[in-house]
Amino acid sequence: MKQTITVTINGKAYSHEVEPRLLLIHYLREVLGLTGPHVGCETSICGACTVAVDGRAVKSCTMFAVQADGRQVVTIEGLAADGALHPVQQAFWEQHGLQCGFCTPGMIMTSRQLLERNPSPTEAEIRHGLEGNLCRCTGYQHIVNAVKAAAQAGK
Amino acid sequence: MQPFEYANPTTVKEAVGLLGNKWDEAAVLAGGTDLISLMKDYVYSPKRLVNIKNIKELGGIRADKAGLRIGAAATIDELAESPLVAKNFPSLAQAARGVTSPQIRNMGTVGGDLCQRPRCWYYRDGQGLLASPGGRSLVTNGENKYHAILGNGGPAKFVSASSLGPALIALGATLTLQSSSGSRKVAADKFFVTPSAEGSREIALLPNELLTEILVPMGGTKNATYEVRQKEALDWPLATASVALKMSGSTVSSARVVLGHVAPMPWAATQADQFLAGKSLTEAVAEDAAKAALSNATPLSQNAYKVQLARVAVKRALMAAAGARG
Repeated sequence: MKQTITVTINGKAYSHEVEPRLLLIHYLREVLGLTGPHVGCETSICGACTVAVDGRAVKSCTMFAVQADGRQVVTIEGLAADGALHPVQQAFWEQHGLQCGFCTPGMIMTSRQLLERNPSPTEAEIRHGLEGNLCRCTGYQHIVNAVKAAAQAGK
Repeated sequence: MQPFEYANPTTVKEAVGLLGNKWDEAAVLAGGTDLISLMKDYVYSPKRLVNIKNIKELGGIRADKAGLRIGAAATIDELAESPLVAKNFPSLAQAARGVTSPQIRNMGTVGGDLCQRPRCWYYRDGQGLLASPGGRSLVTNGENKYHAILGNGGPAKFVSASSLGPALIALGATLTLQSSSGSRKVAADKFFVTPSAEGSREIALLPNELLTEILVPMGGTKNATYEVRQKEALDWPLATASVALKMSGSTVSSARVVLGHVAPMPWAATQADQFLAGKSLTEAVAEDAAKAALSNATPLSQNAYKVQLARVAVKRALMAAAGARG
């Protein structure tokens, strides 16, 4: 039986009837057209689907849309404000923290939580904090540089 | 994934009324990090999911006279970040921080860590928990490098996937299981079991029961967890040891050493406990205790290397608990 859910996504409230088995990533991409979060491994390994739910980075491929009922979701689309990139986005841009870009939305969403909790992370803390995100281009060095630069810019 | 009915209770009473007498009737949905994976792979297709994340009384971590009370739906991140836990139970905080990755710690729950199903690749491939179609063990005859090295004499060869179980057993925790006909308390070391028949589970929880709370007594122990991993990210450890020591000066008055990821259940290494009692904890003693802990190991064709890894885990956990570097 379909369930009615109300979710605030990037600051805007949405209400839909969804099947309980609909995954959050599919709700975001297919119902709302928010294709920033990517479907990567679909097994909660790669982190390309990472979004923030109530401020916490989670893998939206291993979460049902009904679990987001009543919660606040932020996707990569919700970061830039008034045409200005979020500081983490800006740092990824400047440090070339991406190659093909597939992992980037997830990397940025996870980096954002990392920096919110720890504004001056060490390199080891950055690498540890990004353990749930894979880059298939293996562009990790630039990604770590980008997080360092974002931390620096936030000071 | 098969369709299912979704229930969203707000009280424990309501939740347990929605559970069934068989596993395929209903499943508890907390973080869902394990359950959803099983359902995607058609390994498990319950007819109803009972979401417990909107039941307030199941959340939170607090201390009272009896000890530390951890709500079953508290997240692993809450446990890892709790100053109360870090101060009194470093072994538990270390085990929680070992659960990879940040996203999983945000979503996964303490109860979920204890109730998650094994990672055995034959089980995850739909070959059953004992992976013995037609009575022939795929594990002993196949790829077993991550399987059990202890307690594997019966048909169960998988390893318990729980990261928190060993620490909770070493600390003498008690779990509360609630059903519609009442509640019962189960010691953490009785919660995990080694199944002997296909269809039975690796935990004592019944299909109509909900794990509600974990109580860890303030035991005044020195405790630590050490994990040996293949890589830091995205995986379960290869072998872990959680230890809790009651000390009298520099002498161990009693010890509990529990190994993780080496047996179908967290493995109480009682030989190590006996060996350590009455001894002053030096590096040599820790090394001998580690040997004692693994003295009954029966590795399979590909996993003898885990015996040494588990010894290292025991030695380093003991040295960490004693406040020394391992």
